[in-house]
Amino acid sequence: MSTAAHDPVHADAPQFYCTEEPHPENGTLLGFWIYLMSDCFIFASLFACYAVLGTRYAAGPSPREVFDLPMLAVNTALLLLSSVTFGFAMLEMAKNRRGPTLAWLAVAGALAAGFVALEIREFAHLIAAGAGPDRSAFLSSFFTLVGTHGLHVTVGIVWLATLMAQIARNGLDETNRRRLNCLSLFWHFLDLIWVGVFSFVYLVGVLR
Amino acid sequence: MTPHRSALLHFLLGRLTASAIPYDNPIILWTFVVVATLGAAVLAAITRYRLWGYLWREWFTSIDHKRIGVMYLVLAIVMLLRGFADAIMMRVQQAIAFGANLGYLPPHHYDQIFTAHGSIMIFFVAMPLIVGLMNYVMPMQIGARDVAFPFLNNFSFWMTVAGAVLFMLSLFIGDFARTGWLGYPPISELRQSPGVGVDYYIWGLQIAGVGTLLSGINMVVTILKMRAPGMTLMRMPIFTWTALCSNALIVAAFPILTAALALLAMDRYVGTHFFTSSLGGNVMMYINLIWIWGHPEVYILILPMFGVYSEVVATFSGKRLFGYSSMVYATVAIMILSYLVWLHHFFTMGSGADVNSFFALTTMIISIPTGVKIFNWLFTMYRGRIRYEVPMLWTIGFLFTFTIGGMTGVMLSVAPADFMLHNSLFLVAHFHNVIIGGVVFGAFAAINYWFPKAFGFRLDPFWGKVSFWCWLVGYWVAFTPLYVLGLMGVTRRLSHFTDPRLQIWFEIAAAGSVLIFLGILAFLAQVYVSIRHRDALRDATGDPWDGRTLEWSTSSPPPAYNFAFTPLVHDRDAWTDMKRRGFVRPAGGFKPIHLPNNTSAGVILGALSLGCGFALVWHIGWLAATTFAGIVGVVIANSFDRHRDHHLPAEEVDRVEREYRDRLAARGSAR
Amino acid sequence: MRSKFLRNLLAAPLALGLSGCHLVLLHSAGAVAARQSGLMVASVFLMLLIIVPVLVAIAVIAWRYRASANPPDYDPDWEHSSTLELVVWAAPLMIIIALGAMTWIGTHQLDPYRPVDHADYPHSVAPGVKPLRIEVVSLEWKWLFLYPDYHIATVNQVAAPVGVPIQFHLTAATMMDSFFVPAIAGQIYTMPGMQTVLHAVVDRPGSYRGFSANFSGSGFTDMRFRFLGMSAGDFARWVARVKAGGGDLNRTAYLRLAAPSRAEPVHTYATFSPDLYSRILDRCVEPGAMCMSGMIARDAGPARPAGRRP
Repeated sequence: MSTAAHDPVHADAPQFYCTEEPHPENGTLLGFWIYLMSDCFIFASLFACYAVLGTRYAAGPSPREVFDLPMLAVNTALLLLSSVTFGFAMLEMAKNRRGPTLAWLAVAGALAAGFVALEIREFAHLIAAGAGPDRSAFLSSFFTLVGTHGLHVTVGIVWLATLMAQIARNGLDETNRRRLNCLSLFWHFLDLIWVGVFSFVYLVGVLR
Repeated sequence: MTPHRSALLHFLLGRLTASAIPYDNPIILWTFVVVATLGAAVLAAITRYRLWGYLWREWFTSIDHKRIGVMYLVLAIVMLLRGFADAIMMRVQQAIAFGANLGYLPPHHYDQIFTAHGSIMIFFVAMPLIVGLMNYVMPMQIGARDVAFPFLNNFSFWMTVAGAVLFMLSLFIGDFARTGWLGYPPISELRQSPGVGVDYYIWGLQIAGVGTLLSGINMVVTILKMRAPGMTLMRMPIFTWTALCSNALIVAAFPILTAALALLAMDRYVGTHFFTSSLGGNVMMYINLIWIWGHPEVYILILPMFGVYSEVVATFSGKRLFGYSSMVYATVAIMILSYLVWLHHFFTMGSGADVNSFFALTTMIISIPTGVKIFNWLFTMYRGRIRYEVPMLWTIGFLFTFTIGGMTGVMLSVAPADFMLHNSLFLVAHFHNVIIGGVVFGAFAAINYWFPKAFGFRLDPFWGKVSFWCWLVGYWVAFTPLYVLGLMGVTRRLSHFTDPRLQIWFEIAAAGSVLIFLGILAFLAQVYVSIRHRDALRDATGDPWDGRTLEWSTSSPPPAYNFAFTPLVHDRDAWTDMKRRGFVRPAGGFKPIHLPNNTSAGVILGALSLGCGFALVWHIGWLAATTFAGIVGVVIANSFDRHRDHHLPAEEVDRVEREYRDRLAARGSAR
Repeated sequence: MRSKFLRNLLAAPLALGLSGCHLVLLHSAGAVAARQSGLMVASVFLMLLIIVPVLVAIAVIAWRYRASANPPDYDPDWEHSSTLELVVWAAPLMIIIALGAMTWIGTHQLDPYRPVDHADYPHSVAPGVKPLRIEVVSLEWKWLFLYPDYHIATVNQVAAPVGVPIQFHLTAATMMDSFFVPAIAGQIYTMPGMQTVLHAVVDRPGSYRGFSANFSGSGFTDMRFRFLGMSAGDFARWVARVKAGGGDLNRTAYLRLAAPSRAEPVHTYATFSPDLYSRILDRCVEPGAMCMSGMIARDAGPARPAGRRP
């Protein structure tokens, strides 16, 4: 940003424009953060619904009867490990190593897929046992909250697969790094939400 | 009507049958005939003048924030005609439906009309108006070339269009919700509304809501990241400040609407019990959620208009805005407080005196920063030299109208008074008082103010004044009777009356709506006359009003890149500062400018979303699945596209800038 | 007695008619409504203290500083004055503090859950009067009133003696409505499975308009009823008449009545099933339906073993 046009009459006139193009920071990460915050509001609404409706069993099954804690432990472990392995992928990305990055991403994706598969299995069991989302307000809010999280994980897996293809094609260039950063935020964000679901829905539910 | 449809037909069409087309209703039939004729005429004209290629290349696929802004405004005005048609139908029904006369609208039709009127006016008139204005003006005010995510901007627009089209489709295929504009359960639940109306409502809003949310994120990032060097937060034009607050509210409020509608959809499609009256559901959950979105929503609409009035008052008073910092703090205070008042929409739920008092007080507190704003505009005019161009007329009209509307609003916030006034026509008069007096007047002020920037010629002032006076007088004639009727204990959404003493007031209100109709016609005439006489109204300078902010420092219409060089800001009223201190337009040294490419992905995604929404409304599984898969596919394919931008060569910039300088020189000006 | 009742009946609308346009919200026939509208009017006057000067100032400044008058004190850079800034924040603040105090007190005094008694309403209620209980159910699209003290039920008509505090318990069968008799007291929602309470008293005999103030479907427009304020003697005769009229609102009759209907004529029942209201509230009038209170009790009951699948 240097010289402005000079006018003899206004010798003191300051510069009014940049002759060098200023490079504003890329806003993608900020934008993605803001998106995540707005997603937080969706989850907050669902948590609020669960807080209000979570004890309305309508004479139907209660959390103790429907929650399968051993499976939940496996489930949670899968998701947390997936987060850790995604972190490894990011470390490899920082070292600019395409192969290991892709490998760790694949592991993270597989673990998340395992999480989703277990969740689908849990849902299928519940529905088959007559404890579907239409049984009571408790189950409605449970299925919706957990299902929305699961849906987010699924979207994350699709995104991950797409991004892996793009990294394989174009390498770890600036665009792919930026996208990987966003996906990383998304991935850890879902982990955080799951910690909320785990404690607030499952643990509190079983202890109640 | 086929009582026993084959499985194949059911698979292909879901619950869509021939009887969904309401050809037996003469009103809808005629509407359809008129809309179809007009639509065919427009399409024929486009084809006749070979405009398809132009429209496609220059507008539909454009990622230029200015083009997108204009398209939003066009959408808003088209939908205003639809929303207003609903309004005048209601006014006529209420003016004639007394005693033995049941009027011309049976309840099931009347109920759709008031629902459509409310939701269309808010979501597809007011929202596109403010989003369009912010899109057009804000990037130029901060000295940027475009928004942060230009493609997302185009996509947001087409999602809004898809939502609007879905709403319009409900007019001719099936029917619309009969629930009131917020779709309160239990009446919006499957048991009470088994038809497709509520589904149209849900999916129309969900699709448009995606667009609104993304556009909100886009603009927040634009304002935070793309301001010209030197433009600190406290040097931003007030309109940009209000845009920032409004978009922050969008980001924080619209997800809650999405969640509330999604839960209602779950109740209707999956059979969950969120808001049902059985098996543990709770109706008040929905009403709380929808108003946690709904109250910020009214500030989302009004804040940018406060910004418009601030710009207009300062410009036409030829003065700096009085109390800039106060204005900013007031805006931020309103933004925060707007989250703490939602319960005042249902004091009558019986939540108890402490809860009601709390929300009554927070509501009243909002009137303090709002009052400060009124005073600041007043003191901006004080010691000014006020030019009564059309935008300023709208602003004066706003000051009078909105102040009264604010007063009736505070009346409604007194909880015990609200027990009397809740859901009455007094309430209806109040929110029209602030939405017409605030948002609509602001939109017309803004359109008259920035039109020359967008198109290079002014809007005709005569027809502008006609439109203004029709709207102003029309507003008061149409809604003062509603205030009176509210005090007479008349509730809203009634389609028939027995007490003949009320009739005269409804007749006056209907007359007022005719005046408003003339105001809309005068506006259309204003646009038409201005285009006819564009050479006489031409503005060569790019700064027809002696403006104060950066958008006036470039040519009208601005080049695709807005600014050949990014401005360097030293003062709040950056352009006034530049003019005063002898800014000379650069004559050389231009560099290639980096611009994003046009894309058709936004149109395609919007169309697919429309298809998906339609399929969901009618339970056409295969279509919903295919279109959804299509959306995912297009998004993924689009992410593989790496040729998203190009450079405009320096010679081209040089040519455009030289032409502008020549135009200015012909008028003896160097700026 | 009778003639006074008639005279009042005639005089009331006449008085309203003379007062302009029958602004029922400003001419109440019940002490609660009177206080609510009093608060409304007071808030208007309080706000006019600031609104009127502002409106005048807008007009004066807009005229005085028009460009064609070439205002001599034009100052393009005048943008700040600490005194004025203080005034523009302080003036609305003062008004809101006053109004807020008024509202806080008013909201607590006029809380619909707060009983109406002699201490609060010395001119309307004599000391020691026992309140009249009325249970209200909004149906598609009519109003059902149950008098647990008299064991009678009415549809689209409700009567109460003058000067006796009324305690309404309200619920809805399927839709959400709002119970509103503008002349007597402010409105309150009726919601299925939930109960709200409203206290009121009628000061003058007369027939007053009541309706639902919350849209509830295609029959909503005709969802009207009459509220009859009566002298004690008239009320006793009215109850006797209803008793003599016969009819029993048992659960079957209720389910028939609850079916959607528009512009339902007034009718009455000499008796009703004693647990009818609680069953409506509990959403278990239909034979075999499980009561909500039963569900809640079961849900809150002793925990069942963990890990077992249903």
